[in-house]
Amino acid sequence: MIKMNIILFTVIVLIYLVVTLYLGYRGWKGTKNAEDYLVAGKKIHPWIMALSYGATFISTSAIVGFGGTAGVYGMGLLWLTFLNIFLGIFIAFVFYGKRTRKIGHNLGALTFPELLGKRFNSKFIQWFSGLVIFLGMPLYASVVLIGAARFVETTLGPIGMNYDIALMVLAIITAAYVVYGGLKGVIYTDALQGVIMFIGMIILLFMTYTQLGGITAAHQALTNMADKVPASAAKAGMTGWTTAPIFNSPWWWTLFSTIVLGVGIGVLAVPQLCVRFLTVKSNRELNRAVPMGGLFILMMTGVAFVVGALTNVYFFQQDGKISIQETVTAALPNGNSDSIIPIFINRALNGNEWFIYVFMLTLLAAAMSTLSSQFHVQGSALGRDIYETLTGRKGHNSILITRLGILLSIIIAVVLGYILPANIIARGTSVFFGLCAASFLSMYTLGLFWKRVTREGAIAGLVIGAVADVFLFVFMHSAESKPLGIAKMVLRRDTLLTEMPWPVVDPVVIALPLALVVTVVVSLMTTADKRQVEKSFKGV
Amino acid sequence: MSVLGIDDPWIWGAYVLCILSTLLCIIYGILKWNEGAEKEAEEIVEELKWEKEEEKMEEQELGDD
Repeated sequence: MIKMNIILFTVIVLIYLVVTLYLGYRGWKGTKNAEDYLVAGKKIHPWIMALSYGATFISTSAIVGFGGTAGVYGMGLLWLTFLNIFLGIFIAFVFYGKRTRKIGHNLGALTFPELLGKRFNSKFIQWFSGLVIFLGMPLYASVVLIGAARFVETTLGPIGMNYDIALMVLAIITAAYVVYGGLKGVIYTDALQGVIMFIGMIILLFMTYTQLGGITAAHQALTNMADKVPASAAKAGMTGWTTAPIFNSPWWWTLFSTIVLGVGIGVLAVPQLCVRFLTVKSNRELNRAVPMGGLFILMMTGVAFVVGALTNVYFFQQDGKISIQETVTAALPNGNSDSIIPIFINRALNGNEWFIYVFMLTLLAAAMSTLSSQFHVQGSALGRDIYETLTGRKGHNSILITRLGILLSIIIAVVLGYILPANIIARGTSVFFGLCAASFLSMYTLGLFWKRVTREGAIAGLVIGAVADVFLFVFMHSAESKPLGIAKMVLRRDTLLTEMPWPVVDPVVIALPLALVVTVVVSLMTTADKRQVEKSFKGV
Repeated sequence: MSVLGIDDPWIWGAYVLCILSTLLCIIYGILKWNEGAEKEAEEIVEELKWEKEEEKMEEQELGDD
C-alpha cells in the first residue's frame, strides 16, 4: 500500500513554495522589461538556460505518459529518445534554430504561424496555421494536464484525492499561473525545476537498477519475461519488452509509426518548440545549449522509458503481475498505462516520501510551465493569427479575442481531461505532433533551406498535409476512427481500407510525404517572389 | 549477440544510439563553445528588438489596458 506522510508533505510544499517565490522574486526584480531580461540573461550560464528550456519543454506527457507507454511497449521506445536527441536537439538547434532565429528576426515574426505567413508573404498561411494550432493543441494541453492529475491522484490518494478533484484543482492553479505570470523573469525557477527533475531522474534510474540487481541483470530479467506478454498483445505482434515487435504487425506499426515517428519527427515542427529559437540571444548561445540539451533529454525521456519498461520486472517480482495489470481497477478492467509511472514511483520509492513529494511538485511545476506556454500559443493563434489576419484589425478587439482564446483553451483542456479515455497521454501527444509535422514541417523546412519554394507550393503543402492527416485520423487510423465513429456513420465500417496494415499505419506516414511532394512539385511549377526571398535570407 | 542483457540488436542499438547521440551533442558543444562570438553583439541587439515586440504583445494579452 502507498503510505502518506501529511506533515512531511506540507513541509515540503511550503519549502518548495518559499524557494520558488524567492527565485521568482529575484528574477522579477532584476528583469522588469525585455532589456533587463536580456542583460540579466547575458550573465547567466548557458547551461542554466538549457536547463530552463528543458524544464519548460519536457512535461508530464514525456515522463508519465510515454514512460507508462514504455511499460506496455517496452524499450523500443528508446528510438523516440534517440530521435528526440538527434533531431529535437542536435538537428533542431544546429540547423533549424540558427536559420529560424535569423529569418524570424528579418521578418519581425512573433509567433510560429506569423513566421510561416511572413516567409511566404501569405495571410492565408498565417490564419490557416493558427487554425490548425487552435483546433489541434487542446488535445495536447489536455494530456499534459491528465499526466499531472494522474500523479496527484496516486500520491495523494491515501488522503482521499481522486482524479476528478485533482484535475479541477490543477486547472484552477494553472489558470491563476497563466494570468499572473509564468512569463519573463522565471528563468531561475525554471532552472530549479530542471535541476530537480534532473536529479530526480538520476535517483530514479539508480534506484531502479540497484533494486533489480544492476544494469545487465535488470535488462536480462526483463528479457526473460518475454513469455509473460499478455495473449492479446502477443496476437497483435508483441514479442517482449526488450525485443522489437513482429515486423508489419499492428503492434509494430503503433510503436514505430505512431509513437516513435509521429512524435520524433513532429518535434521539429511543433509551434511552441519552434518559437523558442526566436527567444535565443545568439547563435553562440544555441551552440552552447546543445550539450546540456542532449544530456537533459537523455536523462528525462531515456530514463523514463528504461524505467517504464523495467517496472514490469519490479511489479512481477513483487506480486507476480506485469505493470499494466497493476493499474487495473473496477472502472478500468484493461488497466491504464498513464498510471504505471505514478504507481511505480510511489511504491518503489516507499520510505523515501520526501523524494516522492519533491518529484511530484517538480512534475506539477513542469506541467504548469508547459501548459502556460501552450495556452499562450493557442490564445495568440486565435487573436493574432486568425482574427487579426482575417479582419485586418489590430488593437482592442484582437487583444480581447486573444484573452478569450486563452480562457477557451483552458476550458477545453479541462473538459477533455474529464471525457478522454485511459491510455491517452502518449497517443494524444502523438496526434498533435503528427498533425504539426504533416501541416508545417514541409514548408517550414523548405522555407528555411530552399530559396526556390514558393507561396503557392507552401499553401498547397500546408492544406493537403493538414487535410490528409485529419482525414486519415477520421476515416483510416482505427485507433481514432473507431471511437470517433464518423467513419462508421458515413462508410458503415470503422476504416476506409480494412486490409492490414492500413488501419494501423499512422496518418503522419502518409500525410507528411504527401505534403512534401506537393510543396516541391507546386513550387517547381510556380516562381518564388525574389524580393521576399532576399528579405527573408538577409544575412543568413 | 546480447548487449547489457538485451538480445535484440534493434533494441540495444537504440539504447547505444541514445548515448552516442548525447555524446555527439556534448562534443559539438565543447568544440563550438566559442564559435560565433564575433557576431554575438550584433545578434543580441537584434534579439532585443524582437524581445521588445514580444513583450508588447504579451502585455497586451495579459495587462489591464
